[in-house]
Amino acid sequence: MIKNAQHLQKEQPICSDDEQASVSLVAIIAAHEVAVRLGKCTIWSGGTFTIGSGEFVTIVGPNGAGKSTLLRLLLGLLFPSEGYIQVFGQAPRRGNSLIGYVPQRRALDPDLMVQARDFVAMGIDGHKWGIPLPFVSKEHHRILVQEVLDAVGATAYADRAIGRLSGGEQQRLLLAQALLGQPRLLLLDEPLASLDLRNQNAIAQLVAQVAKERNIAVLLVSHDVNPLLPFTERVLYVAQGQIAIGKPDEIITTEQLTQMYDAPVEVMRDSRGRVLVFGLESALPAIIPNG
Amino acid sequence: MSMLSTTLASLTPFSWNPIDDLQTIFQYAFMRNAFAAGTVVAIVAGIVGYFVVLRNLSFAGHSLSHSGFAGATAAVVIGASPVSGLLVFTIGSALIMGTLGKRLHGRDVIVGVVLAWTLGLGIFFLSLYSGYANQAYSILFGQILGISQNDVQVTFFTSAATLLAIVLVYRPLLFASLDEEIAESRGIPTRIISIIFLVIVALAVSAATQVVGVLLIFSLLVTPAAIAERLSTHPPTVILLSVLLAILFTWAGLLIAFYFPYPVSFFITSFAFLAYIIVRVLPVTQEGTIALIKWKRNVSHKNIKKQAIVGNS
Repeated sequence: MIKNAQHLQKEQPICSDDEQASVSLVAIIAAHEVAVRLGKCTIWSGGTFTIGSGEFVTIVGPNGAGKSTLLRLLLGLLFPSEGYIQVFGQAPRRGNSLIGYVPQRRALDPDLMVQARDFVAMGIDGHKWGIPLPFVSKEHHRILVQEVLDAVGATAYADRAIGRLSGGEQQRLLLAQALLGQPRLLLLDEPLASLDLRNQNAIAQLVAQVAKERNIAVLLVSHDVNPLLPFTERVLYVAQGQIAIGKPDEIITTEQLTQMYDAPVEVMRDSRGRVLVFGLESALPAIIPNG
Repeated sequence: MSMLSTTLASLTPFSWNPIDDLQTIFQYAFMRNAFAAGTVVAIVAGIVGYFVVLRNLSFAGHSLSHSGFAGATAAVVIGASPVSGLLVFTIGSALIMGTLGKRLHGRDVIVGVVLAWTLGLGIFFLSLYSGYANQAYSILFGQILGISQNDVQVTFFTSAATLLAIVLVYRPLLFASLDEEIAESRGIPTRIISIIFLVIVALAVSAATQVVGVLLIFSLLVTPAAIAERLSTHPPTVILLSVLLAILFTWAGLLIAFYFPYPVSFFITSFAFLAYIIVRVLPVTQEGTIALIKWKRNVSHKNIKKQAIVGNS
């Protein structure tokens, strides 16, 4: 298999330039037979999928299946052990400004006594060395920050210390920070975790709306697909060492999800065509103690 | 040290004319040296201290100062200047902590391990050294009134290097201190930043030990920043306030110690503690700062609003 992978990577430059260009226009992520290994353990393999520009993809899968690993792969923080993956027509690299990332977290340090506005502003030039040149582009930066704060509806609490804000407010600010780099792809790792229902819906809607307005593709990891179903164009599922992608109708079925989570999951459709998934959030921990 | 202070107090009585007093104070070379070194150290400690507080590294800073004790005693044993030993040991410990500590946010086992070992070394070197206990005393509790011209130069050089390093890494350091994972995803080498910062702390600790000594390092490295953090939430403002507070405590300590026969570090630490208690007692606003102080950061906002109103009418 490894030989095969090397073969594939060598093959790659042979494919003509305009073919590559056309691929990058359509797909912003292209993965072919990708496998990821952490230590000696293969997390998943055979990952073949493409994600189109502006597409809203929800990533589901049980704990430890390698969802965050997939995001780290796209961020260039780890490398595939087999196959190849391209983001924007190139191998993933660290610090790609076309990607906005919000990592998985419970909450920020409550003692983080830094103004939310300053926290968000790190998205502009926080990665550059040195100190900001005094008086240069200060006003411009202030306007940029205000613009994303307005976009995520966080202006009201932008002057407060970020550690003192609620989970939903922090998620909005993290999103604002990610948007500052003008990304074409947003990677959001469980942004809905530890939020109440109202905030889950609000954040899901906000992400979808902002992504649509700015034509940003979204890869959003979530355990609960319900708040995301109205916006999800495709579902990418990571389970049992495999990756698959499909329309929500194809993936979110009782049979598929039950097999994927290895636990009873029930999918129901109501009279208005809404899909309801039971068992992912509530029933699962009760049935599998170690789940 | 106490002998020195006693003679000081008898030198010149306190007058109510501040200009006379300052003239009296600055006519002594050791006071000029003390003010020069103290001010420089306060600036460095104030700046570095902000990041120490932000990164929850106060334990690491504390441990580095104890490594400094081992280094200084070792240097005295072999007949070298205590500062050189301080620098070698604190930087060495910083590198060990930085390399072995996986993520230094809250991971303090390795810090404790290094702390215990270097303290053991300190006791070992102290036992080898049967000379004046005075030397060990001044390493532990500061020796600013006895600081030599050469030590002042070393302090200046160390401080300049520390400030330069902070300026070079300022933005990625701040970003990584706020959120390591996001910073990493934006291409910041967070691990290297983390090690660089520990070396910066080591340099600052070595400089600050000259003033307040190993055991009292917190009063300059942590307390001013911790106070400043409650006065503002805008990082550059916090850093500025932290520096001003550190300078204020140092100057006040030096001035008062000139007239009273007690150690300078006692006054510096007492002022720092008192100020900290005051800001902790005062009520805090929704913005997370002390209610009495209102920083007008959104002045331009108000101007825009005003202009809009004027424009409409």
